[in-house]
Amino acid sequence: MSLSLRDLTVRRGGRVVVDRVSLEVAPGSFVGLIGPNGAGKTTLMRAALGLIAAEGVSDLAALPPARRARHAAWLPQAREIAWPIPVEPLVRLGRRTDPDRRADGPAVAEAMAAMEVTHLRDRPATELSGGELARVLIARLLAQRTPLILADEPVAGLDPAHQFAVMALFSRLAAEGRTVIASIHDLTLAARFCERLVLMGAGGRIVADGPPAQVLTAERLQQVFGVGGSFLPTPAGPVFVTLPPPPSSPAPAPPDPADP
Amino acid sequence: MKRAPLLLFLAAMVAVLALASLLIGPAGAGPVASLKALWGGEGPLGIVLREIRAPRAVLGVMLGVSLGLSGAALQGYLRNPLAEPGLIGISAAAALGAVIAIQAGVSTLGLGVPAAGLAGALGGVGLILLLAGRGGSGLGLILGGIAVSALAGALTALVLNLSPNPFAAYDIMFWTMGSLADRSWGHVLTALPLMGLGWAVLLRTGRDLDALSLGEEAAASMGVDLAALRLKVVLGAAAAVGAATAVAGAVGFVGLVVPHLLRGAVGAMPSRLLPAAALGGAALVLTADIAVRLIMPERDLKLGVMMALVGAPVFLHLIWRTQVGK
Repeated sequence: MSLSLRDLTVRRGGRVVVDRVSLEVAPGSFVGLIGPNGAGKTTLMRAALGLIAAEGVSDLAALPPARRARHAAWLPQAREIAWPIPVEPLVRLGRRTDPDRRADGPAVAEAMAAMEVTHLRDRPATELSGGELARVLIARLLAQRTPLILADEPVAGLDPAHQFAVMALFSRLAAEGRTVIASIHDLTLAARFCERLVLMGAGGRIVADGPPAQVLTAERLQQVFGVGGSFLPTPAGPVFVTLPPPPSSPAPAPPDPADP
Repeated sequence: MKRAPLLLFLAAMVAVLALASLLIGPAGAGPVASLKALWGGEGPLGIVLREIRAPRAVLGVMLGVSLGLSGAALQGYLRNPLAEPGLIGISAAAALGAVIAIQAGVSTLGLGVPAAGLAGALGGVGLILLLAGRGGSGLGLILGGIAVSALAGALTALVLNLSPNPFAAYDIMFWTMGSLADRSWGHVLTALPLMGLGWAVLLRTGRDLDALSLGEEAAASMGVDLAALRLKVVLGAAAAVGAATAVAGAVGFVGLVVPHLLRGAVGAMPSRLLPAAALGGAALVLTADIAVRLIMPERDLKLGVMMALVGAPVFLHLIWRTQVGK
């Protein structure tokens, strides 16, 4: 089963945060959800999971919570740990939804190895650095072994090597037939690793949806983000870079109070 | 981690302390004579052991389990090491019920006061459920608890304020300090059903509290029903603490300090902290109840006073240590 959203709309205090979003994600794809701050990326994923009330249809939100937890794992943006729980039992928390207890050990070991946190296994999670904690929490996500993974800015705060490692891992999981949807602010990483980008603009609408080269056009970048950008040839293949807006650009200028 | 050994150690400690609690008292009999008297001994010593000391020891265990377990569950649910059973206002509500009964002339030695305390606790539970049962966050629960506490506290003060009977006011003052002295099997049986219900509910929240360590959103995504969990924690703690306060008065610090002391030993996982804090609470209450009998045998030093006198410095030391450790 993939993820299927139809006309999903979320209102917060009378304001539309996600506006009639329809999205079909096939199994085996790694989708990057991009867009400026406040475009509704997080809200869209929460609504898709059924964690917040929404109008429209999400096949995932329609499942009872326990079954949904076996189908989809969610990595929230907030990296909060209430107690000094050691890393291994923390990763093991991801196993609560799977009735198969024999799979716990291998799943936890595999997830910790994939995120290179095995050497931290006995350290209290509250004593880790921000990046280490982020990797431990991704390991928890992986230990859940769900066919669908939704992650909110999974690579924010990681060092470059681990950013690459996480993105490469997600792409490998997709190649193995699982589905990964991640919101990503780093357009270079998103363009490099995701085979499909979904661009959300102001007002919570999907502005563009397709392969990176088709989504990240100069006009769209200017219109949605207020920046320039292009694909540059490098020894490692074409790499997308964001560029400062051209000097003549009219966009995001503060409104002139003298203007009638 | 070394889970079973810790629980075994705590259980052994509770057993030893309960035995010590049976053997220490103003009757001044030797340990061997006391134990003999406990098993079917005739005469005054048998009565003292079976009808005074045994219920006191059992009630000490029940009180400690209720406070330790509720404290651990509330800290786990609110994800805050400063949470304690008094926070949700149930102790204040139970105390109000008991105070009204004492004011009305009910003897503090009988079961009328505990029954009124239970009624007060139930009223408090109703109010809390009204406030906390409608979804919302942990913050709503804390604010609701503060409101219920303030209301019950004000009504208790009003009863004292308008009391025409100075002896009743005196009784009320001593009763609210919290004590296990002069309790009977009647007290045990009055409190046990509601307490047992509370324990059963609280012990089943462990797995959900574990998931909640990752935050409400992550827990919800892993299939935790947050509204149901909140209801279980509030109802469980209210039942256990309400019954405890109804029979023993207000005893503080146990629910705050015990989870704090044991958290490191169980690897901080809430599900492992629950049983450990239950046993640890029992051990602490028994220790304090033995101490009040040893320190001032001729004066009636109150358990609640003793607990605050020892608990507050211990807690200050803990805070000091954790702050310096950072």
